Amino acid sequence: MNSTRTAPERPRGLTVKNGAAGDKVFSGLTLAAGVTILVVLAFVAIFLTIESLPALSPSLFSDQDSIDSADSFWDYVWPLMAGTVMASAIAILLATPVAIGIGLYISHYAPRRIATPVGYVIDLLAAIPSVVYGAWGMTFLAPLLVPIYQWLNTYLGWIPLFAEAEGASVTSTGRTLLTASIVLAVMVLPIATSLCREIFLQTPKLHQEAAQALGATRWEMIKMTVFPFARAGIVSAVMLALGRALGETMAVTMVLSPGVFSLSLITSGRNGTIPAEIALNFPEAFGMRQAELIAAGLMLFIITLLVNMTARWIVSRHKEFSGAN
Amino acid sequence: MSKSITAEDLNVYYGDFRAVADVNIEIAPRSVTAFIGPSGCGKTTFLRSLNRMHEEVPGARVKGDLYLDDDNIYAPGVDPVTVRSMVGMVFQRPNPFPTMSVRENVLAGHKLNGTRMSKSEADDIVEKALRGANLFNEVKDRMDRPGSGLSGGQQQRLCIARTVAVEPDVILMDEPCSALDPISTLAIEDLIADLKEDYTVVIVTHNMQQAARVSEKTAFFNIAGVGEPGKMVEYDQTSVIFNNPSNEQTERYVAGKFG
Repeated sequence: MNSTRTAPERPRGLTVKNGAAGDKVFSGLTLAAGVTILVVLAFVAIFLTIESLPALSPSLFSDQDSIDSADSFWDYVWPLMAGTVMASAIAILLATPVAIGIGLYISHYAPRRIATPVGYVIDLLAAIPSVVYGAWGMTFLAPLLVPIYQWLNTYLGWIPLFAEAEGASVTSTGRTLLTASIVLAVMVLPIATSLCREIFLQTPKLHQEAAQALGATRWEMIKMTVFPFARAGIVSAVMLALGRALGETMAVTMVLSPGVFSLSLITSGRNGTIPAEIALNFPEAFGMRQAELIAAGLMLFIITLLVNMTARWIVSRHKEFSGAN
Repeated sequence: MSKSITAEDLNVYYGDFRAVADVNIEIAPRSVTAFIGPSGCGKTTFLRSLNRMHEEVPGARVKGDLYLDDDNIYAPGVDPVTVRSMVGMVFQRPNPFPTMSVRENVLAGHKLNGTRMSKSEADDIVEKALRGANLFNEVKDRMDRPGSGLSGGQQQRLCIARTVAVEPDVILMDEPCSALDPISTLAIEDLIADLKEDYTVVIVTHNMQQAARVSEKTAFFNIAGVGEPGKMVEYDQTSVIFNNPSNEQTERYVAGKFG
């Protein structure tokens, strides 16, 4: 043994610590990143608000008495807001159970050699550009759905959603709000599925075994441990998917043949969404028309914000029982 | 209630790897039996094969027979879910369901069985199980608080209450005290002594004093080397295993001599 080993050098004094500079740089970087996102958000909000003032209050901020497209801005925008929310809500209703099902299949049911390829295929769906979904929905899916819509109208026509809109008959092209919703559902499926799968996989093994040791079947074990554990995550996944559906432009623009608001989901030439409205009209818009469209964008911004805040609230309500403590 | 366990030439495999080889053991009802041995010797694997929990690992299977009284739990057509409702299990780390209150945790097994009961019946079951786990007085004022808010030792006793609530025939414990402090450990050991009045208790432990304190019979498991299957080396009265073992390996292990 060599007795003349040199002791590792120790810092002198208590104030200076090696690596303190790195700490400062990194904390500065993260702070800058955090501030940047807030600044960008603030600028977007300010831009939207200023540019939409003429539409929100024509008598104060413009030389016109009213906006171009309707008597008041609200008359103009509420059908679009309703259409946007309706299309997204239906898409989420369709996509959520499927996403949870696929997520569970991959995380808890499928053997690994099947689960991995299925996961890849789902992720691949996210890589398809939305214009391709639009083209697919318009030329392939829409005609395919026409007979189904007619069937729905014949047998479930007493439900307003499947009735004929006033002064029109059931679609013959299939380019309706419901078709747009279905395309949206397919588009948000990958993100909802991969989030659900990740959360399901994180359920502690400990709790799953506890349920199984009590004599739970696989499904009972999932109900007892996986779902309660994943609830907050599922809500986040759904909200993220909803955010995407609310803002989706290209696919809806291509699939939907827009028009006035109607509860009927299966009539062409009815309903529209804010993003599609903006995309279709913005290139030729100027002055008041442009302000109207930007104000509609502001409304979409507010809807998205509200959706996210609601999601946060739902998640935080059950914090104590979440398993995070 | 309370059944004997008989293993006949039981082998446990993970895929092609034989983890436990040729175990023959008879465990009497209403007794405490301890499994001791070095890590990786197959005692936990064998314990988990007693309620077919090892099957949750893909590729795991068993060759041989295992009887609860006269019923072979590996006979064709036996549902592992049924086996597990008869053979309860307590794990190394306390694992109350975090999304459930103390009360709901105790009732979890009954909820699974779909038992319909009035609130007062449920209250009785909860109180009886919690008293059985020496926990009632500590939690009676916070039945509706989350079970994960209790201390580690309380959580482990809550898990025992949850297991006892469904009145199984056998209770398996996989190092139930290894994550607990000495006082909580003592509370669990006292509890084990009470549990054997009604149940067949099998406990895996790394703490030899614990095995000596709580068990009537002890089984020593060992492996010959890496990649070799674990084997049950000796099974006898606890006092014999610790004081006068017949096998040299057992003697060296309980005396703390290795290598």
